[in-house]
Amino acid sequence: MDYATFLQLLDTTLRLATPLLFACLAGLYSERAGIFDIGLEGKMLMGAMCAGTVAYLTGSVWLGALAAIVGSLLFALVHGLASITFRGNQLISGVALNFVASGITVLVALALFGQGGRTPPLEGGARMGEVTLPFADALRSVPIIGPLYADVISGHPLLVYVGIALVPATWWLLYRTRFGLRLRAVGENPASVDTAGVSVARLRFAAVLIAGILCGLAGAYMATGLQAGFGREMTAGRGYIALAALIFAKWRPWHALWACLLFGFFQSLALRPDVLQSVGLRVPVPVLDALPYILTVIVLAGLVGKAVPPRAGGEPYVKER
Amino acid sequence: MAGAIGSGRQTPAAPFAIELKGISKAFGPVQANKDISIQVAKGSIHGIIGENGAGKSTLMSILYGFYKADSGEILINGRPTSIPDSQSAIRAGIGMVFQHFKLVQNFTVLENIILGAEDGAMLAPSLSKARRVLDQLSREYELDVDPDALIEDLSVGHQQRVEILKALYRQAEILILDEPTGVLTPAEADHLFRILNGLKDQGKTVILITHKLREIMEITDTVSVMRRGQMTATVKTAETSPEQLAELMVGRKVLLQVEKQPANPGRTVLEVENLRVVDEHGVERLKGINLHIRAGEILGIAGVAGNGQSELLEVLGGIDHGTGTIRINGKELDLTGKHSDGQSRRADGIAHVPEDRQVLGLIMDFTAWENVAFGYHHAPEYQKNALLMDNAAIRADCEAKMATFDVRPPIPTLAAKNFSGGNQQKIVVAREIERNPDLLLVGQPTRGVDIGAIEFIHKQIVALRDAGKAVLLVSVELDEIMSLSDRIAVMFDGRIMGERDPATTNERELGLLMAGVAEGGAA
Repeated sequence: MDYATFLQLLDTTLRLATPLLFACLAGLYSERAGIFDIGLEGKMLMGAMCAGTVAYLTGSVWLGALAAIVGSLLFALVHGLASITFRGNQLISGVALNFVASGITVLVALALFGQGGRTPPLEGGARMGEVTLPFADALRSVPIIGPLYADVISGHPLLVYVGIALVPATWWLLYRTRFGLRLRAVGENPASVDTAGVSVARLRFAAVLIAGILCGLAGAYMATGLQAGFGREMTAGRGYIALAALIFAKWRPWHALWACLLFGFFQSLALRPDVLQSVGLRVPVPVLDALPYILTVIVLAGLVGKAVPPRAGGEPYVKER
Repeated sequence: MAGAIGSGRQTPAAPFAIELKGISKAFGPVQANKDISIQVAKGSIHGIIGENGAGKSTLMSILYGFYKADSGEILINGRPTSIPDSQSAIRAGIGMVFQHFKLVQNFTVLENIILGAEDGAMLAPSLSKARRVLDQLSREYELDVDPDALIEDLSVGHQQRVEILKALYRQAEILILDEPTGVLTPAEADHLFRILNGLKDQGKTVILITHKLREIMEITDTVSVMRRGQMTATVKTAETSPEQLAELMVGRKVLLQVEKQPANPGRTVLEVENLRVVDEHGVERLKGINLHIRAGEILGIAGVAGNGQSELLEVLGGIDHGTGTIRINGKELDLTGKHSDGQSRRADGIAHVPEDRQVLGLIMDFTAWENVAFGYHHAPEYQKNALLMDNAAIRADCEAKMATFDVRPPIPTLAAKNFSGGNQQKIVVAREIERNPDLLLVGQPTRGVDIGAIEFIHKQIVALRDAGKAVLLVSVELDEIMSLSDRIAVMFDGRIMGERDPATTNERELGLLMAGVAEGGAA
């Protein structure tokens, strides 16, 4: 494998890791506040459909992204109502939303465009343009570092950079601000927040809605950045992979970035069977395709060290005497 | 102070820190608080006692804004105050230390203290301010804790100090403590009382909710007694006695001291040699226990919770595995193999009243009669034929046991969760004692049980002893250990620190052993 191929692999890794990262951070906010969110998948799918549809109809990728956020928020709101206001089972609510998303996205796309559940291909301003970072062309000729900067780091849709910038931002919000302190506390021991005179429900709703926004962006990126339009089940389990990455990262922002890059790397390997063959490994393509999912199962089975989830996770808060 | 002058017309003295007038609160058909009025003088320590379910907690929850009273009025420093939520309670200067601490385990002390009382959107300024205030408070009130320690690394006593500091940081003038000594060693409890007296000297008002009469007598200035949602009396502590308070609580005369004849021990029933238990994290919980109990004798195990008492009970009861030797009536027990379970233990004549009745003793959603049969459901008298159980027989048996043990209400078809703590415990005790075991293991027999039922359960345990059975009693209540036991062994850190005769020992001596101070002092 030569350096250029390696760089291509890294480039794809970054692109494929981005939706995982958005979804993973979404899960991080929600679960740090004590609300399990198995519905990341459904919200992403909803976001992708809204983005694909609105971007095609208006020709504006940013209106598409806004629609993605609105669509995903709608689902987040339902999850919040079910699991916070009505103290329902968070897993059931999440699974139900995934089913609804799976059906409704195809239904809407079919009704609007009649193309077998996809949205028409996007072009021009309806797609997320690539951002060329400053000096990318000037530095290209510098050995080793030049191509790395110009071909891997530069030249991605804006949301790739937004996703990466969200990692330190999330860390800062979580560990340096009042909101973050309360958010972490409400996921560990909501009674401590309640007796301090702070609303548990409001904090948890804030977290769930942040998760909604991030999932919407993940979907928008899938439909307008990574690909040119929405396709049936296009998220392909990324919501669950993001959950696995979240557990792998032990609910910490920086670790979430590394975990998502790792999963992204496996996904990009699956796209390039020739790379493994060139180093003498003959792995059947279906096995490569399954690799991220196999890794997910391994992580979820708890084989990667002991991960302690937020202590109040999954439990509706009921005031006790 | 303006408030003092304003209310001076009605009360010539300084206004009360707290005055409740006609507070009532109902949950559905249950009247939790009925027309409660109470006055707490500023700068005093006021005790509130009552049995479980008497309405103490409801009343305090109303004061802290958890519930809204159906009717009545709250006056703070003579001024009518409405407390719709905890935030308002904090603003009114009320601080609450709950029985179960409201701390975030993996936060530092400082983070817990500022939570909800931050000065701005950024944490850094709040944290440094809290560090300064904390330093001052801890010097003022003997409340030293490491501000950077994680809560999960602190002892229970220190965690409680963090709760008190939390209240003081929010400038509480009135501090309410709900059953604060349940989890403390005698030395820690003494320290807490010194802190409370210090707060009183600084003019703060303390409300102490407890069911321990001794504490009320020791530290309070005035005491209010609650019974069935009503305030039955408020008296000056100096002018009352434990006997009188107990009578006011229960509504009839109560024997505070267990009446028992001297023990008449016979042959050895239980022998334990070099018993060791290692938990799932590889930590050694029992580090070589040796003990024996004879027939007709109660051995009490004293100790702060978490020093291996639970493991001892669980190995003896067949729930946990261990190494070493346990003999009952000379027969060696299987500690690791397939005969190391509750069923085999019962066959060997061991009955077990577990420490946590709601987890190990009962299935809360099942009926009383089903619970009465658990563990003994293979008994021949419960079988109709080879295939079917005789439910009618079990129900009849349950009814008989309920009558003997005065379980209220005596309804076998009621789910276990619908009985009060004391009556749940009576169901468990009835099930175990009525099988006439050679050895009774009993853990925390009266935890969360009201005074009337405590008296009854104690009598049953003594009666079993007098019938020539061996009893192993584990309790964190030192009073209970001292009044029931014929011999007392003190456990600390998985070892038995020493054995004492209840007639000649005292609380101080036992307290030292419980804190791990070895016999003879020097190690």
